Amino acid sequence: MAGHATQLDAKTLWGGKESPFQTSYGKLMMWFFLVSDALTFGGLLVAYGFTRHDFQGAWPIGEETFNSMPFLGHGYPLLYVALMTFILIVSSVTMVLAVEAGHRMDKKGVVKWMIATIIGGFFFVGSQAWEWSHFIHGSEFGKIELADGSQAVVKGHFGEIKNFTVEVAGKHHKKGAVIKEDLMHEFQHAAEKGRLKDGKILLHDGSIAKINKEADSHMQLIIKKDGKKHKVGDAPIHGKDAEKMYYESLYAGEPNHVIYGANLKQNEYGPQQYAQFFFFITGFHGFHVFSGVVINIIIMLGVVAGTYHKRGHYEMVEKTGLYWHFVDLVWVFVFTFFYLI
Amino acid sequence: MERDDLIEYSLHAHHNEEHGKAVRKKIYFVTILLTVITVVEVALGAYIKQSSSAWPFVKWSFVAMTLLKAGYIVMVFMHLGDEKKTLRNVILIPYILFMLYLIFIALWEALEVGHAWSTYGAA
Repeated sequence: MAGHATQLDAKTLWGGKESPFQTSYGKLMMWFFLVSDALTFGGLLVAYGFTRHDFQGAWPIGEETFNSMPFLGHGYPLLYVALMTFILIVSSVTMVLAVEAGHRMDKKGVVKWMIATIIGGFFFVGSQAWEWSHFIHGSEFGKIELADGSQAVVKGHFGEIKNFTVEVAGKHHKKGAVIKEDLMHEFQHAAEKGRLKDGKILLHDGSIAKINKEADSHMQLIIKKDGKKHKVGDAPIHGKDAEKMYYESLYAGEPNHVIYGANLKQNEYGPQQYAQFFFFITGFHGFHVFSGVVINIIIMLGVVAGTYHKRGHYEMVEKTGLYWHFVDLVWVFVFTFFYLI
Repeated sequence: MERDDLIEYSLHAHHNEEHGKAVRKKIYFVTILLTVITVVEVALGAYIKQSSSAWPFVKWSFVAMTLLKAGYIVMVFMHLGDEKKTLRNVILIPYILFMLYLIFIALWEALEVGHAWSTYGAA
């Protein structure tokens, strides 16, 4: 590693001439910053661990909560987050290749690999946006409170709603009218408000319509909160029994039997703290990824302009590389402790 | 004022093509390793239920695989393995010691708090 002057004796070492770590000031400061940032993330993950360890009920399980893929629907446990992890690892690799090209003063190579890194970063941020959106909107079934007071998450295929046929006219819709728009949204809103009863929906304008819906399939109820009859840890309830219990509760005509998605007030997937930690930890990490992409773009423009080539070394690329790898490093831990365990 | 009495270190020591090849080989090896570990983790996570008797083993293997991945990222991608030993120790030892302490104290406390809730109060 040492450059031209390798004459190291007590006089040079203690004379204030030799950098004790044989590294530049900028790189050392980047490491100090990364250690402090690592303490922040460490603190957040430990706080998550604290909450999970002192929590009494059932904690959400990653493979049940995150099992959807864009364009493909559900039933793909952890696959999407694995893809995100892979994208981030690959972008870390392209970054280290950019650093390596910089060591050989290969300007074209640095630009090429940095562009690849930036593209990977954008893909990751976009994936995270999709996952947040999915987490906030929730599943088509929602979390249901069953007749005995227990709560269950619901897995399976939700049969499509074809239309609503108006049976009792309201201010807006006439009797016999067929409503075909915004069905899922209306249905979920009515379910939360307790406006579904015996297969019929009470619409905003006061009309009552019959719900024409295809049958669900492969339904499964997994108990997440004890009730009088069903307990956490019971075997999942399948098929016709599950459908009967689900619709008994959904069509009871009472509010607050079902929760769709997660926000800061309610959470379909489990306890409220789970959603808050999800938003904070993945959000804070996503913010790091985003700022990493911005920094990479700025440095890449510097490389294109030839700033670092003139300087005689590409250490700036190495320093942004450190930050970028750190973002990947944090994700490795978030992936394990949030999604896997 | 520019100082000319400082001893130069790595900044201007460029790699030649041959050295670059060796470095790239190492990078590709680590890439494959990280990918394989991630695939194994996801497969275990998807197929072994948390209620299964193998779960405690799987859980700890996740932790071990994560630390292995982290080690390769820090040592190879972040070049900490190529830095001076003192720098490596200054960065890693305080952090690891502190995190071990924090994990121990927080999780131990959490179990006690949870125990107190279930014994004396309604959660």
